[in-house]
Amino acid sequence: MSKGTGGTLSVMWQGITRSPSGFTGMCLVAAILIFVFGGRFLVDHHNPTDADAIWKPMSGAHWLGTNFEGKDTFTKLVLGGAEPIWVGALAAVVTVIIAVVLGALAGYLRGRFDDLVLQLTDITMTMPFITVLIIIASYFREISPWMVGLIIGLLTWPFLTRSIRAQVLSLKEREFIEAAQLQNLGTMRIVFVDILPNMAGYIFINFIIAVTNAIYAIVGLYLLGLLPSTAENWGLMIQQAWQNSAYLLPRALPFLLAPLAMIALFQVGLVLMTRSLEQALNPRLRDR
Amino acid sequence: MTEPILSVRDLSIMYTTGRKTGVTAAADVSFDLYPGQSMALVGESGCGKTTLGLGLLRLLPRLGKVSSGEIVYRFKDGMSLDILRLGKEDLRKFRWHEAAMVFQGAMNSFNPVLRIGEHFTDTLRSHEGGERRLTRADIAERAAELLRMVRLEPARVLRSFPHELSGGMKQRILIALALALEPQVLVLDEPTTALDILTQRSIVEQLHELRERLGFAMVFITHDLGLAAELADRVATMYAGRIIETGTAEDVFYEPRHPYTVGLIKAVPPVVGDLPELSSIPGSPPSLADLPSGCSFHPRCGYVRDECTGTRPELTVLTERALDEGHAAACLRAGEIEYTRKVVASA
Amino acid sequence: MPEPRIPAPRRPEAGTTLLELTGVEQTFHTKRGDVPAVAGVDLTVRAGKVLCLVGESGCGKTTTARAAAGLTRPTAGTVRFRGSDVSTLDAKGRQEFREAVQYIHQDPYASLNPVRTVYSTVTAGLRRHGHVRDRAEARRKAAELLERVDLTPAESYLDKYPHQLSGGQRQRVAIARALAMDSEVLIADESTSMLDVSIRVSLLNTLGRLRDQLNVGFLFITHDLAVAKYFAWDGDIAVMYLGRIVEQGPTPQIINDPQHPYTKALISAVCEPDPRLARAKKAVRLRGSEIPSLTELPNGCTFHPRCPLFEADTCDSAAPPLSLLDGGTRLLACHVVARDHEQAGVG
Repeated sequence: MSKGTGGTLSVMWQGITRSPSGFTGMCLVAAILIFVFGGRFLVDHHNPTDADAIWKPMSGAHWLGTNFEGKDTFTKLVLGGAEPIWVGALAAVVTVIIAVVLGALAGYLRGRFDDLVLQLTDITMTMPFITVLIIIASYFREISPWMVGLIIGLLTWPFLTRSIRAQVLSLKEREFIEAAQLQNLGTMRIVFVDILPNMAGYIFINFIIAVTNAIYAIVGLYLLGLLPSTAENWGLMIQQAWQNSAYLLPRALPFLLAPLAMIALFQVGLVLMTRSLEQALNPRLRDR
Repeated sequence: MTEPILSVRDLSIMYTTGRKTGVTAAADVSFDLYPGQSMALVGESGCGKTTLGLGLLRLLPRLGKVSSGEIVYRFKDGMSLDILRLGKEDLRKFRWHEAAMVFQGAMNSFNPVLRIGEHFTDTLRSHEGGERRLTRADIAERAAELLRMVRLEPARVLRSFPHELSGGMKQRILIALALALEPQVLVLDEPTTALDILTQRSIVEQLHELRERLGFAMVFITHDLGLAAELADRVATMYAGRIIETGTAEDVFYEPRHPYTVGLIKAVPPVVGDLPELSSIPGSPPSLADLPSGCSFHPRCGYVRDECTGTRPELTVLTERALDEGHAAACLRAGEIEYTRKVVASA
Repeated sequence: MPEPRIPAPRRPEAGTTLLELTGVEQTFHTKRGDVPAVAGVDLTVRAGKVLCLVGESGCGKTTTARAAAGLTRPTAGTVRFRGSDVSTLDAKGRQEFREAVQYIHQDPYASLNPVRTVYSTVTAGLRRHGHVRDRAEARRKAAELLERVDLTPAESYLDKYPHQLSGGQRQRVAIARALAMDSEVLIADESTSMLDVSIRVSLLNTLGRLRDQLNVGFLFITHDLAVAKYFAWDGDIAVMYLGRIVEQGPTPQIINDPQHPYTKALISAVCEPDPRLARAKKAVRLRGSEIPSLTELPNGCTFHPRCPLFEADTCDSAAPPLSLLDGGTRLLACHVVARDHEQAGVG
């Protein structure tokens, strides 16, 4: 039995900081977040096209060289991170909110509402996610990345909904829930105040997983050239590098590899964090 | 004079947990078990009784280690065996041929996908003697004999899976399995806990009968004073990892000399006879990681004096007896402890 | 300026009938067929009195308790609270019933929400139903409740989480929660069985005070006859077997002079915490040790395959009615004993 206030938060914090891989993951994620959101204030947002400086190699002036338009790759790398991360987070928030509300109520109330939710999850799950996204994206050429995030969120909730429903089904049989019912505490309070906090860690882990999935999806869409090329974006960088055959030109490689590396490192960081979180939270769930 | 079959001297068992220093779950435990004798280790949860029981057969979990002391087993011919020095193979032999354990929680001691018959085959096969291989018929015969000994119907039981049997039946099968190689010492951890009252009774009677017939000695661990009164020749009370009182069942139940034993007895209601007043021991048992100074019981003790907080009392013999250590208690004021029970309503 | 104390609630007068079960049946429909867990039970819980329901696991005592607490709806029969049928209550009546009749689970490790503090757990109902105006009042009320169940100093417990408490302390928190809305009936389902002896007694003493000072009526479920005897000495004991009550009456009568062969067997099976008594005791021998399955109940008296008094044609033809023995205070359901008493009375 652990001492201290012992909330889920402190268990999660310990889970991350005490395991070497979790700590590495957290450092990676933090470093990339600082790079992206702190870097914005340090680089010159004015990054003009320069016909004389196309595909320059790495140098003091251009740390990662320049791209096919002669723009500074490093600047693009700094500025291109915010969008996929925000969009990923938005998609994850949408998914988690829908999943938590529908899953928890369906599991607790059962009956007709449960049937309805299950039908909805079945229908949504059978929709081929990437295909739907491609159709929507190619139909609305001017679609904003935020809309994409929203759509990803609206399409990816069924899996989490099902697993939250399953957990609520088992949690609601626990005696402390029956004790809450004996106090006539009301459905909403029992579901959202008594049951859900017991799954906080699980929900948080799934939030992170949803972020990683959404980032993959949006980067993939850019890579396929299905999203308008307006803002700075890592996915867009990769697509442009690909289109301009940067992989054939050794000095152009940073423009292709740098955004790839950033995405990969960010995802690895998140995955390492979730792994150690799962380890920290699971024995506790079993113990109860 | 008869020699003890099992002699435990100054046995201490430590658990190492994480980065913290070790926790002593059993400290300086000494006792002798004589052939055919039945001894109860009683105490509340967390007092170290289960650890001690497991330690006797070196069945401690990975984090547990015997940190000092010795356990000596004596064969009938006078040869002795230092249990703590045994190698892997010898230990395995010792564990079924000389001493066997019946674990707590009959439910979890079986492999759920094996029929009971296969459990017997496994046990008998892994310990067969060198001369000749046991045939299937030998095993079936021996298993049937063992099951009949605990009044179960072999034909039906051997074919059953564990989940098809009741808790009481499983407990009996565990006892039968433990007796498979005719050990001289049986260690039982909470043999009747979680069983219904009539099932408890039949297990108790079974144990009486088997002991009479096979003559093994028995150490059983229990929190149930009723079971101790029923089955034990000797009772040892444990508190915070130490034996704090030991004596014959009559000594301990009728003239307890340690305030903790008195407290335990006064907390147990009898069914037959008058309704006595029951009282509880104030406070709660200390954490083994953070024991009070001197006598570990002093913060909860009604007899506490200044010296109790500084000196830890040794287990001291109060009444000498032929054989074993007589009636002993670890209390500086053992001589003054009075045990009376107030009757609230008479029968 | 100190806030005035919350006035003590009006408590029902001792002996008032609070909860009445009439002909309660509970049949579960399963794949293997219908399971009649409770087959017609009549019980009355009175203010300041204890009604103790004893029996082995599977006898239907927990199912009865859950129906009494309104946790399940019986398949037949009625549960009345202060005279009105619980199944037909309107929202207001339902709320009153919910506040007045509370249920305490067996396992204090499972019945407290691990993410809520003691304060939050104890006052959830008060806050929800507007019994307290603000946080300060809620905390004061929570402290009062904790003191009522002997968790002192209450302030030191309010902000603790369940995992920081011992089993006994948790169970006290569960009882404080049950008392929060001035409940009149506590239904305690094996609420002390998971606790160590000393903690169990102190909890029973606390419950006894609630019974005597606040006139709380108890439906107390236990398998432990010694606990039943101690806690229900001034109340009644009802012995259940396979969904039916087989004997019921004032505790001293049932414990000291049991009449039903099943009650006799149960009482004689208890291990007495007294070595001489234990050795002298003769346990009633039953004809069979296995409890019949609820899906294949024996004809007539369901106890007949195990009963030492079994008489062919009498016991296996019709189920014995539960009727007053010798016009006294004891209810009994046994053909043989009832007949013998009648003949002795006539002769």
